Amino acid sequence: MLRLILKRVVNMVPTIAGVALVVFVLFSVIPGSFISSLMDDGRGGMDPAVVERMRRELGLDDPVAVRIVRYLGQLVVGDLGTSFRTREPVTRLIGQRLGASLELTFAAMGFAMLVGIPLGFYAALRPGSLIDTAAMIAAVSGLSLPKFWLGLMLMYLFAEYLHWLPSFGYGGWEHLILPALALGVSPMALLARTTRASVLEVINADFVRTARSKGMSETRVVTWHVARNALLLVLTTVGLQFGALMGQAVVVEKLFSWPGLGGLLVDSVVQRDIPAVQGGILVIVLFFLVINMLVDIAYVVIDPRIRAG
Amino acid sequence: MKMRANLWIGGGFFALAVTAALLAPVLATHDPVLGADLMRSEEPPGREFWFGSDTQGRDIWSRVVYGARISLTVGVVSQLINSVIGTVLGITAGYWGGWWDDLVSGLTNIMLAIPSLIFALAIMAILGPGLFSLLIALGLTNWTFTCRIARAQAMALKSQGYVQAAKVMGSGDLSIMLRELLPNMAGPLIVIATLGMGGSILAEAALSFLGLGIQPPFPSWGSMLSDARDNIRAVPWLAAFPGLAIFFTVLGLNLLGDGLRDILDPQSRSRLP
Repeated sequence: MLRLILKRVVNMVPTIAGVALVVFVLFSVIPGSFISSLMDDGRGGMDPAVVERMRRELGLDDPVAVRIVRYLGQLVVGDLGTSFRTREPVTRLIGQRLGASLELTFAAMGFAMLVGIPLGFYAALRPGSLIDTAAMIAAVSGLSLPKFWLGLMLMYLFAEYLHWLPSFGYGGWEHLILPALALGVSPMALLARTTRASVLEVINADFVRTARSKGMSETRVVTWHVARNALLLVLTTVGLQFGALMGQAVVVEKLFSWPGLGGLLVDSVVQRDIPAVQGGILVIVLFFLVINMLVDIAYVVIDPRIRAG
Repeated sequence: MKMRANLWIGGGFFALAVTAALLAPVLATHDPVLGADLMRSEEPPGREFWFGSDTQGRDIWSRVVYGARISLTVGVVSQLINSVIGTVLGITAGYWGGWWDDLVSGLTNIMLAIPSLIFALAIMAILGPGLFSLLIALGLTNWTFTCRIARAQAMALKSQGYVQAAKVMGSGDLSIMLRELLPNMAGPLIVIATLGMGGSILAEAALSFLGLGIQPPFPSWGSMLSDARDNIRAVPWLAAFPGLAIFFTVLGLNLLGDGLRDILDPQSRSRLP
């Protein structure tokens, strides 16, 4: 078990390095730079001497190859560099916001799993019924909704019109509900579809028929044989969705003025604060990889066949 | 019967969006950009302004109709770029194998780990806002799924008799890929492209909403919604109609994709839930 975990962790390293490399190369070819974005803010030209000094201070004078090696070297010891904008370590900027991002991501995914999986399960047990049709219409609709528009509509209904919940900001649980709903609806829809599809696949399997024919009660067949095997397939979707959610949260965070990584990323992109953008992307990628690693490990724990093989 | 319903309803919604885009000058009742009239701002939907007017007195119906042009252009063109990149990389990796396959698979894994919206955001930061940047940013970030399917299909198909026969008859690699492999994997690729178009339209709306995509005053559904955010209390209809337009267009593409999958790629029903 420990060996498996270690192996997974080691497997993540090349991907992280690859992502860092791709992002770094991408930003090294930018025609404009942080300094030129300072210059075209309408306040007129900057003193060339100041520009020269800033370039030197920010380390932009060195060749790209030197900068890449330096960046990867810092990365190994967990240093994401210094923000151009605030001159703070990027790790601190991210640290201040990671908590809020995690809170939102977990709340949204919790909602998606609690609603999506039972919905898909229920629909699959009664294929073709009214509930099945309604659930699948709701699911395909949920996948087609722009998250920020859903958020905007929720904001109008529950905050501006009914005055039940605050319209934006960060604070207690009442601030969390609307952003979590806006973010959670599309993974919920996808989970409902996946669960339905995998339950339908399992429910006609030989081992289920065997269980029925030996006189096992329907409840026990469903909970013991169908659910266990179907949820194994659902787990992959949970992992992929969960991992991707932090990236998708950008727009929802911006809409609800949620102080997470999304706001940091968007502001940093606008001002070309490259170390902050790179750091933010790397943290989101790391989250994706860690979640999927945990899912892989969960497979082994749940399914004895994988453990043996 | 149900799968036909998907196809027809989805196709219907999508056809509506295409019609709006093509006939925008005929359908619009006002100028979508220059028709500003501050004396008539924030009017609720009525006979003059079917969908109401925005904070600058522009007709929302006309802006929504013209917005279809932007959304569909972005959806179709960026997905086309994704399909070409994904298909070329996938077929060559699957057919040739070796170091090229390792390279493509490695790149695909890296791309899969970076959330596509975040990647597109980074590319928009480099290229600056605007339609052209959107096409590039969204065209470069969503080819991984196409690539994986094309690669898997190429690997499965290359040992088939007819591919071997073509090889023996002296067909070159390029001719085998184009004549033998591509037609036999077109079904799943078309399905992915249809669903991907919906994804691109959502991403364009999100980027424009963040202020990084289409810039005002041009009518993109996403940028209209970012105006609406600040005026949600006074002008709720400004938020409602562009959002509904996005929703029904994407819903149409998703249903169409589901329907096409049932016809073109029946085995994959469990592979792509």
